Amino acid sequence: MDLVTPELGLVFWTTVSFVILLILLRVFAWKPILGAINERETSIENALLKAEAAKEEMSRLTNENESLLKQARVERDQILAEAKKIKDQIVHDAKEAAAKESGRQIELARIEINNQKAIAMADVKNQVASLSLEIAEKILRKQFEDQKKQDELVKELLKDVNLS
Amino acid sequence: MEKRSILNSRIFKISRIYAFFMLLWAFPALAFCQPKADEGKDKPFDPKEAIFEHIGDSHSWPVFGKIKIALPVILYTDKGLDIFMSNNLHEDAAYQAKNYSYILEGNKVKVADASGKADESKKVWDFSITRNVASMWFAMIVLLIIFGSVSRSYKKRAGKAPKGLQSVMEPLIVFVRDDVAIPNIGIKAAKFMPLLLTVFFFILLNNLLGLVPFFPGAYNLTGNIAVTLVLSFIILLVINFSANKYYWKHIFTPDIPLWLYIIMVPVELIGIISKPFALMIRLFANITAGHIIVLSLISLIFIFKTLAVSPASVLFVVFMDCIELLVAFLQAYIFTMLSALFIGMAVQEHH
Repeated sequence: MDLVTPELGLVFWTTVSFVILLILLRVFAWKPILGAINERETSIENALLKAEAAKEEMSRLTNENESLLKQARVERDQILAEAKKIKDQIVHDAKEAAAKESGRQIELARIEINNQKAIAMADVKNQVASLSLEIAEKILRKQFEDQKKQDELVKELLKDVNLS
Repeated sequence: MEKRSILNSRIFKISRIYAFFMLLWAFPALAFCQPKADEGKDKPFDPKEAIFEHIGDSHSWPVFGKIKIALPVILYTDKGLDIFMSNNLHEDAAYQAKNYSYILEGNKVKVADASGKADESKKVWDFSITRNVASMWFAMIVLLIIFGSVSRSYKKRAGKAPKGLQSVMEPLIVFVRDDVAIPNIGIKAAKFMPLLLTVFFFILLNNLLGLVPFFPGAYNLTGNIAVTLVLSFIILLVINFSANKYYWKHIFTPDIPLWLYIIMVPVELIGIISKPFALMIRLFANITAGHIIVLSLISLIFIFKTLAVSPASVLFVVFMDCIELLVAFLQAYIFTMLSALFIGMAVQEHH
């Protein structure tokens, strides 16, 4: 029966001691310890959340970079294609212009040549005419130095002239 | 090399252990029963007395063998306080203090009459610092040192990973918070955390120190009904003083037909007491039973008066100690868990 009869002294001392222990531990141990654990847990949670956010931001940036890169590549291709087109156009235009110009030049040259040729021909004709006149004059002069020949010719001519 | 392998062989090891006990047998002076033997050859060993001496309380703190620490005896009588050291108290001779002369009867201090016999008519209130009180204070100092230092290391290493003693205690603290307090009490758990932690570590440390077979352990504090009474009474107070209107409504005006009130209200009122009462009995019985079993197994050696049974005895004691180690944690956990559960039932908001 002793075993299950609480002794007053022990009840008293346990009550007093336990309450004091509770107060002491509450003030000096549990408050700071639980506070520190909570604080650390929130800080760890925050850090994890931040890491997650950073990861998301990172992947977002990577995606953005990739899309930018893709866009840039497309744009570059576009620009290159356009440039090629322009170049082709320019070359084509230049060729055309050159062909046109050269044709015009050739035409001009031909006209000029023709002109020059005509001038030269006219000149030659004149000279030939004058030379032939001179030659004819000289010949005539030679021919008609003698009176007899002159008469003969007149006669000849007259003979031909038939007054009928 | 050869010698070593022989020494390492299992059979040799077991035989060495057996030889050790045989050696104890050869030198009776080494045997633990020595103090008992001194009391007289004619007095046979009484296991019941030895066991109850251990699990009960006493006015002095045994250190080793016959060496005991004297503790203050504080007695309140109708003539006032009597304070003296316990080494003055004897079973066979009365000690004359300021007000009365006292004699020790078992563990009880009684007023002695002129003939040196116990006088039952005189009432004595015994507030002595007994072995259990001293052991409890020792455990409390250990608790304060442990958690003081843990608390300091939290301050010193704020926000960093725990280290050393801190990392031993943190899982236990977090366990009490996350697996005991929060699931049972809910959002109001933080308010009751200091109480639950104190109860848990107080019971745990005293359970463990009770298992230590030498000074300053080997006491039976958490297996003492007075201690479990105080603990469960504190829980009773906390439950009923923190209870909200739903708790009281559930007790006095439950949603049942009126004629059932005659049964239900008394049952609920008994429930207020029976819940902490179960806590008190459970802890007391578990720890006391464990101590009794271990001591009974040890007593076998003295009952059979032969060291030959000691290997078997020690083997069973080791086995029991392993179980007791589990029980030490388990009972601390169950006491805290049920306290949290009862508090949770009292503070829960019903919708």
